[in-house]
Amino acid sequence: MLCAPGCLFCSAKIEEHIVQVMSTVKAGTSRRSKVKDMSAEVVDSNPYSRLMALQRMGIVENYEKIRDFSVSIVVSKGVQSAITDILTKGGRSRLHIWDVDTGLLGNVSHHFFHREQVGMTKTDAAVQTLSDINPDVILESYSLNITTVKGFEVFMESLRRRNSKNDGNGRNTGVDLVLSCVDNYEARMVVNQACNELNQTWIESGVSEDAVSGHIQLLIPGERACFACAPPLVEAELALRGLRHYVFGVVASGVDERTLKREGVCAASLPTTMGVIAGLLVQNALKFLLKFGEVSPYLGYNSLKDYFPTMEMKPNPQCVNSACLERQKEYLLEKPARDALAKAKIEAEASPKNEIPLHTDNEWHISVLDDSDISALLSDELPKGLTRELPCADEHQEAAMLGDTSVLADDTDLEELQRQLDALNAS
Amino acid sequence: MEEWDSSTKSALTQIPLLSIRAGPRDGAAWTQRLKEEYRALIAYTTMNKSNDNDWFRISAANPDGTRWTGSCWYVHNLRRYDFLLQFDIPVTYPATSPEIELPQLDGKTHKMYRGGKICLTVHFKPLWAKNSPRFGIAHALCLGLAPWLAAEVPILVDSGMVKHKDEEAPSAESCA
Repeated sequence: MLCAPGCLFCSAKIEEHIVQVMSTVKAGTSRRSKVKDMSAEVVDSNPYSRLMALQRMGIVENYEKIRDFSVSIVVSKGVQSAITDILTKGGRSRLHIWDVDTGLLGNVSHHFFHREQVGMTKTDAAVQTLSDINPDVILESYSLNITTVKGFEVFMESLRRRNSKNDGNGRNTGVDLVLSCVDNYEARMVVNQACNELNQTWIESGVSEDAVSGHIQLLIPGERACFACAPPLVEAELALRGLRHYVFGVVASGVDERTLKREGVCAASLPTTMGVIAGLLVQNALKFLLKFGEVSPYLGYNSLKDYFPTMEMKPNPQCVNSACLERQKEYLLEKPARDALAKAKIEAEASPKNEIPLHTDNEWHISVLDDSDISALLSDELPKGLTRELPCADEHQEAAMLGDTSVLADDTDLEELQRQLDALNAS
Repeated sequence: MEEWDSSTKSALTQIPLLSIRAGPRDGAAWTQRLKEEYRALIAYTTMNKSNDNDWFRISAANPDGTRWTGSCWYVHNLRRYDFLLQFDIPVTYPATSPEIELPQLDGKTHKMYRGGKICLTVHFKPLWAKNSPRFGIAHALCLGLAPWLAAEVPILVDSGMVKHKDEEAPSAESCA
C-alpha cells in the first residue's frame, strides 16, 4: 500500500487495526448529534463539561459566548490542521477556512487529512473531518488563490458578509477574528491588505523555513504595526539564526549562476513546531475572543533554546500600505477619548487605596513623591532635559518619488505600447 | 548587487526603473504603472535581441494586465529547451513580486512550489523587497527567472527529467 514517507501508520499490523477502526466509524456509530445548549453537566455524553468548568473556576466569564463568534482562517500549511482541530473542539459557531491546494499523499503526514481524502481540496477535507468531530460548528470552505485580483474580491466579500444573527455586534465585518496560517510572504501581505481595509483585527502565525522556530503576532490596524509596516520578519529571523549569510551569500558569491547551490526542498517542516505554534495561536484567539488574560502583541518561539521573546511594534507612519495609514489617522483621532478612559480607569483603581494609611508611623520620614502625573505618562513628549538628536521622521516625505511620477505621467496610449511589445514578440 | 555576473548587471542597468507605486486595484494609477511596465519590457526585449540573447516572450493575457502569459527558453549543450511561462499580478503588487510559474515543470524539481511556481525566495525576493516599487516585470524576469533557468535547466536535462522535444517519442504524454 502506498503511504507518505514518515507516516506513522506504516506497519501492516497497525494498518489492519486502522481499517477496523475506520469501518466502525463509517458505520456511523460514533457520530454524535448536534448539541443545542452548552451545559456544564458532567455526563459522558456532554462534550463541553470540561470547557464549561472554565467558568466555574473564574477564568472565563461566559464560555458559551463562544458560539456567537465567527473566525476566518486562511491557511496553506500544517498549522491549519492543528488549529482547525483545536478550534472545532472548542465549540465555535462559524469557521471560514481558506486554502488553495488539493491534498497530496504527502499531506497525510502533516495535514488534517485522511488517505481517502487525497485529491479533495484541503478545505473540503477539513470540513468533512471537522464536522464529524463537532457537528455544532458551522463550517464554510473556500478554495481560491487570494493573491489574485479575483480571489481577493471573494476573500473580502466572505469577510464582509454577516450572519443575520450577528448583525448587531457593531463589527466592521462579519467575522470576529481572522487567523492567518499561510506559508508565504505574498499571502500574508494579502491578508494584511484585506484586514487593513476592513479594519479587522487578525493574528498572524508562522514557522521558520528550518522548522525550529515560529511566532504569532496580534495585528490591530492603526494601533499596532501592520505586516507591511516593518520589513519582513522573515529577514530578521534569518539573521537571528545566522542564515542571512547563507541567503545573501548564494547571490553574492554567484559569479556564475551555474554554481548556485541546489540543496533539496525550499523549506523543512516539523509537526511538533507547527503544533506548538497552532496551540499558541488558538490559545490567544480564545483569550482575545473571550476576554481573559493578556494577548501578546508578538510572541516568538525558538524551540532550540526554549526562548519565548515578546515585543510590541508601533505602526510605521511611513508605511507603504495606504489603508494602514488611514487606520493610523483614525486611531490618532480617537486618542483623546482613549486617554480620558485610561485616566478614569487609573484613578478608579488608585482611589480606594488612599483611604487607609499604609503605615501608622514613619520613623525615618520616608516620603513617596507623586509620579502619577498621568498626562505626562500618556503623552508622547519627552521628559524635561531630554532632546531628540535627529528630527522626528513622523512626517512622511515622498517628494522625490512624486516628482518622478509627474514627469512620467505621459499620455502615450497603452495600446500603442502593447502594439510595440507585440511587434517585438512577433519578430 | 556588486557581485552579480557582469552581463546580468549590465542588462539590469539598462532596464528602465519604474516609479509608480500602484497595483491592479488602483484604477488609473495602475494604467500608468502598466505603461511603465510595457516600457521596461520593450527596452529589455530590444536589448536582448540586439545582444543576440533573446530568451522570452511575454504579453498580457487580459485587458487589465493582471495576468501574463508567454514562453521562455534556455540553451544547454547547443540545444534549446522551451517552457510555457505565466503569472498573475498579485493584489499587493508592487509590494510583493509576481510569482512566476513554469507549469510544465511542476513536480519535476524541488526548487519549485506547488503549481509550478519557481522558487524565488532566496535569490530574488530580498532584491525585490529592497527595490520596490522601482522593479517591474522585466526585472523579475531578468533577476528572478533567468538565474533560475540557468541553475535548474542543466540539472533537469542532465538528470533526464526534461527531454528535448526531438527526443520525446511522439506517443509520449506531454508533461503538462
